Amino acid sequence: MSTTTLDHSHDHSHDHPHGLQRWLFATNHKDIGTLYLWFSIAMLFSGGVLALMIRTELFQPGLQFFQPEFFNQLTTMHGVMMVFGAIMPAFVGFANWMIPLQIGASDMAFARMNNFSFWLLPPAAILLIVSFMVPGGAAAGGWTMYAPLSTQMGPGMDLAIFALHLMGASSIMGSINIIVTILNMRAPGMTLMKMPMFCWTWLITAYLLIAVMPVLAGAITMTLTDRHFGTSFFNAAGGGDPVMFQHIFWFFGHPEVYIMILPAFGVISQILPAFARKPLFGYASMVYATASIAILSFVVWAHHMFTTGMPVTSQLFFMYATMLIAVPTGVKVFNWIATMWQGSMTFETPMLFSIGFIFVFTMGGFTGLILAVTPIDIQLQDTYYVVAHFHYVLVAGSLFALFAGFYYWSPKWTGYMYSEFRGKMHFWLSLITFNITFFPMHFLGLAGMPRRYADYPAQFTDFNMLATIGAFGFGLTQAYFLLFIIIPTIRGGKKAEAKPWEGAEGLEWTVPSPAPFHTFEFPPTVK
Amino acid sequence: MLGLSLTLAGIPAWAVATDPGTGGPVPYQMNLQPPVTQIAVEIYDLHTWMMIICMVIFVAVFGVMFYSIFKHRKSLGHKPATFHESTSVEIAWTVIPFLIVIGMALPATKTVVGMKDTSNADITIKATGMQWKWGYDYLKGEGEGIAFLSTLSTPRSQVGAPGLAPTEQRGENYLIEVDNEVVVPVNKKIRMVLTANDVIHAWSVPAFGVKQDAIPGFVRDTWFKAERIGTFRGNCAELCGKEHAFMPIVVKVVSADDYKVWVDGKKKAMAALADDPSKTWTIDELKVRGEKIYTSNCVVCHQTNGKGVPGAFAALDGSTVVNGAKAQHIHVMLNGQQSGAYPSAMPAWKQLSDTEIAAVITYTRNNWSNKAAENIVQPAEIVAARK
Repeated sequence: MSTTTLDHSHDHSHDHPHGLQRWLFATNHKDIGTLYLWFSIAMLFSGGVLALMIRTELFQPGLQFFQPEFFNQLTTMHGVMMVFGAIMPAFVGFANWMIPLQIGASDMAFARMNNFSFWLLPPAAILLIVSFMVPGGAAAGGWTMYAPLSTQMGPGMDLAIFALHLMGASSIMGSINIIVTILNMRAPGMTLMKMPMFCWTWLITAYLLIAVMPVLAGAITMTLTDRHFGTSFFNAAGGGDPVMFQHIFWFFGHPEVYIMILPAFGVISQILPAFARKPLFGYASMVYATASIAILSFVVWAHHMFTTGMPVTSQLFFMYATMLIAVPTGVKVFNWIATMWQGSMTFETPMLFSIGFIFVFTMGGFTGLILAVTPIDIQLQDTYYVVAHFHYVLVAGSLFALFAGFYYWSPKWTGYMYSEFRGKMHFWLSLITFNITFFPMHFLGLAGMPRRYADYPAQFTDFNMLATIGAFGFGLTQAYFLLFIIIPTIRGGKKAEAKPWEGAEGLEWTVPSPAPFHTFEFPPTVK
Repeated sequence: MLGLSLTLAGIPAWAVATDPGTGGPVPYQMNLQPPVTQIAVEIYDLHTWMMIICMVIFVAVFGVMFYSIFKHRKSLGHKPATFHESTSVEIAWTVIPFLIVIGMALPATKTVVGMKDTSNADITIKATGMQWKWGYDYLKGEGEGIAFLSTLSTPRSQVGAPGLAPTEQRGENYLIEVDNEVVVPVNKKIRMVLTANDVIHAWSVPAFGVKQDAIPGFVRDTWFKAERIGTFRGNCAELCGKEHAFMPIVVKVVSADDYKVWVDGKKKAMAALADDPSKTWTIDELKVRGEKIYTSNCVVCHQTNGKGVPGAFAALDGSTVVNGAKAQHIHVMLNGQQSGAYPSAMPAWKQLSDTEIAAVITYTRNNWSNKAAENIVQPAEIVAARK
């Protein structure tokens, strides 16, 4: 590995703009990555406030704070904001920051398209927030927007549809950029099979995004024309089929699940070897497992629809296909544990979050396997068991991996070390409050409490109270993360070395911390 | 630790599996409801089987991980090994999970096939999901011809509203009780045919292991054969709008004799209720009858004070339709209306009887501040308008 010339910002001050223009016209991958990360933090907290409002209403049976129609807006917007506003942009932010640094490229391939794909997001977020104020309020048909309920909604639904169009376009452009960058701009000597796992998982994710985001755009456009232009795609009275919406939506929706988790697998696969001081076990099988998961994700969508009443052959096919995904996912977990095995581990915050990820994500994997079994799914479909399941994979999975990635790479981004004590506080509080919130939901679901209920039979009270208490703890913990960890780390602290982690490998650690505005203007050579 | 709590989680509900219970959830319930059909028993056992396999894997995998975490740490001076590949190990942990997955899928297959077999039913009942109630029609078998609507019977005074504490103590079956229960005989195969009027709903009774979406414009079916007498409670499981949480399902399973008694009683009651549409009513009779119809069907959207919900549901108090020509009012009642002024449409109410429609129209035309010129509508006019 060659060393890079240090700090280019002096001889390039003319293309290092300041102030508002730096961000508005940003073409630098690091600036755009930062924008994405701040955007997703803003959406994480907006979606989080909605979640706490939901939990507040559900603290006790009865309607205490919100009318049911507003409650439905809360659940819908919480889902949309977290999926499309928080988790997805956060991983794109990581990709923008880290992929060029990891493959030894000077920037992303299409710098201006990169700018455009970010700046589509704030208007989308504004549409979502404004939709709460239009007559009839925000969309209230669930983040899945099933027809014909979505056809009944007020203008809030149209705003949500436009917002999703914008976010979809942004994701597609971001993906094109990532694919072209990875395939064309790797440093000499870095073959595909020498690439860091984070780049591999993102390459596969980007293909998934390009394949399915247009499908979502199609589904919501048909909803839009059903609503306003007299078409009947999903209206049985006009010869359409409401279930067709679900097929199209989940053909997008299931790969979407993996879009949110594959980059997380990549992050974990970077961090574990660094803190076990031992190379990743089974690199090639990790790549193949990721690709298998991605391919299988296209043939399992109807497991979200077992209760629509499909023929027995379809039910069996989708059950078998879904259970098959457990195999490559299992391979990944085993590889991670084999990476830790016989290592020389230390437990800084990135490692804690990674181990926490494996532990809690695997529980979400088990409940996923249980839900894959059609008869059990029919019993548990649309209950809190499902809510528990996907929060175990999306919060303890994707979000914990994002936290792990933040602690791992923030020295490179900010030039300062975060406080290890505070990081560990953040980890333990998050892990405990997360489980207090979501573990009881398994019981609620098994006992039969349906999801998206503004009010519930009094028998469910105790576990709901527990979940609400946990949720507020989790929310406060994330406020602590923002106020006492992110902001202080940006402002200052112990200076970070170029390679702050003893066992870390990769080109990103060959440039100084913080990474200068321009890096790898002359590509390094990888042996 | 969590693993242990998972195991413990199974115990309390196993203990009550033989107990008749309430036929619904109980406080602190940690497992599936006690099953009362063969399918629900199979689901219960499948879930237990899956939990056992998952627990064993969980303990084995995380046992290894935590052993490694405690032993292979730098602070103990452990030196890192350098291995990073092993084809045989990779093959092993691909093939073994594959075999485990097959062991999970095979027993489930039989249940999937069983759940779909709706043939040879003794009684066929159609359930129609509506915003926000269920309609039941006994289509075939003993009780054929019985039809009724089933709405939540928990009074709003137990629910409360934002900023308005409930004025009444909550009952034991808060939100899982209805005015007209579905009644079926024990040990008879009941085929449920499902559809919906407006949006997708889902008919579910956990104790029966039944959940089936009710899809507007389509007919889907499922079945159950309850093996125990009792009252079993379920909920609408597919988000269907604002009152989604307020349209429960209650099924009363009775002995064959009791069922016969119920069918006779229900048929007599229906005959008594079946009004002669050619009868001429007085305005006061219609208003009294109309208020009842209004309370059970209209109040959710249009509200008791007739003022609707601004921006969501139309006001009837002062409405031009209600105070205008009665022909238009009858038309809206029978065919529904999407004026575009509100996000949701007024549904068609043609499933109500001629007398009921006439009564509720007359009631709204004379209530609140409404003083319509054409202030009375007779059932005969509805008969004429239906043609």
